[in-house]
Amino acid sequence: MEMLGLGAVDLTPVYLSFVLILAVFLGFELINKVPSTLHTPLMSGANAISGITVVGAIVYAGNGKGDMVEWLGFTAVVLATVNVVGGYMVTDRMLAMFKKREK
Amino acid sequence: MGLLGINMAYVVAAVLFILGLKRLGSPATARQGNMLSSLAMLIAIVVTLADKGIMSYQMIGIGIVVGSLIGAFAAKRVEMTGMPELVALFNGFGGLASLFVGWAAIEPGSSEFMAITIFLSILIGGVTFTGSLVAWAKLSEKISGRPIMFAGQRVVNALVVLAVIACGVMFSIDPSNHMWLYAAIGLSFLFGIMAVIPIGGADMPVVISLLNSYSGLAACAAGFAVSNNILIVAGSLVGASGIILTQIMCKAMNRSLAHVLFSGFSAVSNDKVEVEGEIKPISADDAFYVLEAASSVAVIPGYGMAVAQAQHVVKELQELLERNGCEVNYGIHPVAGRMPGHMNVLLAEADVSYDQLLEMDEINPRMENVDVAIVIGANDVVNPAAREVKSSPIYGMPVINVDKARTVFVFKRSMASGFAGIENPLFYKDNTRMLFGDAKETISTLIRSFE
Repeated sequence: MEMLGLGAVDLTPVYLSFVLILAVFLGFELINKVPSTLHTPLMSGANAISGITVVGAIVYAGNGKGDMVEWLGFTAVVLATVNVVGGYMVTDRMLAMFKKREK
Repeated sequence: MGLLGINMAYVVAAVLFILGLKRLGSPATARQGNMLSSLAMLIAIVVTLADKGIMSYQMIGIGIVVGSLIGAFAAKRVEMTGMPELVALFNGFGGLASLFVGWAAIEPGSSEFMAITIFLSILIGGVTFTGSLVAWAKLSEKISGRPIMFAGQRVVNALVVLAVIACGVMFSIDPSNHMWLYAAIGLSFLFGIMAVIPIGGADMPVVISLLNSYSGLAACAAGFAVSNNILIVAGSLVGASGIILTQIMCKAMNRSLAHVLFSGFSAVSNDKVEVEGEIKPISADDAFYVLEAASSVAVIPGYGMAVAQAQHVVKELQELLERNGCEVNYGIHPVAGRMPGHMNVLLAEADVSYDQLLEMDEINPRMENVDVAIVIGANDVVNPAAREVKSSPIYGMPVINVDKARTVFVFKRSMASGFAGIENPLFYKDNTRMLFGDAKETISTLIRSFE
């Protein structure tokens, strides 16, 4: 974090916490008024988003060292991808069924 | 692409996640919202592949292909009635992935802050994983859906919590000591199991929403552990949405989250509700004549509709009634079924238009003008004891007031009381008629009468 020009103090935790707090508040605002009809797709869609952890796993899975860390990363990539791909597909499948009566 | 480029792309991804979630909030734009959100995910994954730390793409490639195949296969194959189980399972996978990311992030010389976030991602990830597995097992009836309680459970739970805290402190002081790592993993698994076993099937909507929130928080903690903003943003959006759903579910049951999590339904008082009147069964043929004369019908589905897979015949009956000049609406209680919005998905599958699915607050004021309220496999969510009987364990819970309709038909397998074991005075009311037997068969009989 030297780029912030703050010398030896590592402000990374503060900076990450800012992001966290703002995102949490944004999340509450975004989702507060979702109608109950959409609760299940919202949940499974959000579930797919939680698979974002795959992004954290990719770098470890590609360290090329063949060590424990690479295997941990690999396992995490598999699990998180199941979550991402399965989550988005199943949400789409559900949402495709939600139709309004043509009058 | 350098670190700067990757992070700028993450900003774009974050914007798309936010817009996607916003659009998920309305039925007309929801599908598009989900697409935007998946596009965000794709961008985040693709730019991450440009990270300079990546030396080999072999494992990444295999991992993504294997994961995609499994995910796509599960998503294509699942029956709509199996949706709660699948969501629980996906949740668990996400949690376990965050646990592994946290584990992989351990390196000698991590700062204490890093160590704490690594510990949190392991803890929340592990709890999400085993908690979701237990929820999955309960939902798919691999194990009993009833609360599992034993003597001294609270003491055991308190000890687990203390051990978790102690372990967290030790791990943060010395993250390179593998003993604390393994202890943290073991304890998080145990914690997840202990947290979900005392919760009964009827409370599952709360648990699923909460686990959903945890899976986001686990990703968020992993984001701190690897100092990655997009994990924090996406993870906390999920965390927040899960918490909102949890609150809605708790409110719909008039119970606090703490009460759902720690007390099961076992503490239900023993004094039986005094019920006056008698049960009046009706045959499908007689029910047909009543329905034929009705000009307004409200259908109130519950978990029993899912079990009987009756949503398609319900829709057929709806069409016949409408052709007969009758207005048909559905009243959906927020906690009907085993996950938030469970009934809406099943009825959507059967092609019921979503503008006919009314929320509890919309249907209740109309109930007095409803000729026939049809209760299919719902029990506690239509129990008037919640309004009338102060000693009832569900007293104060908002319910759908079907008893205010002119006539109530209750489709019920047998006279056993609902999941919570609570007596339902609705069945004894003057305007209530019981149709015993499998809901799907009974409705099919009604449909044949119409044809």
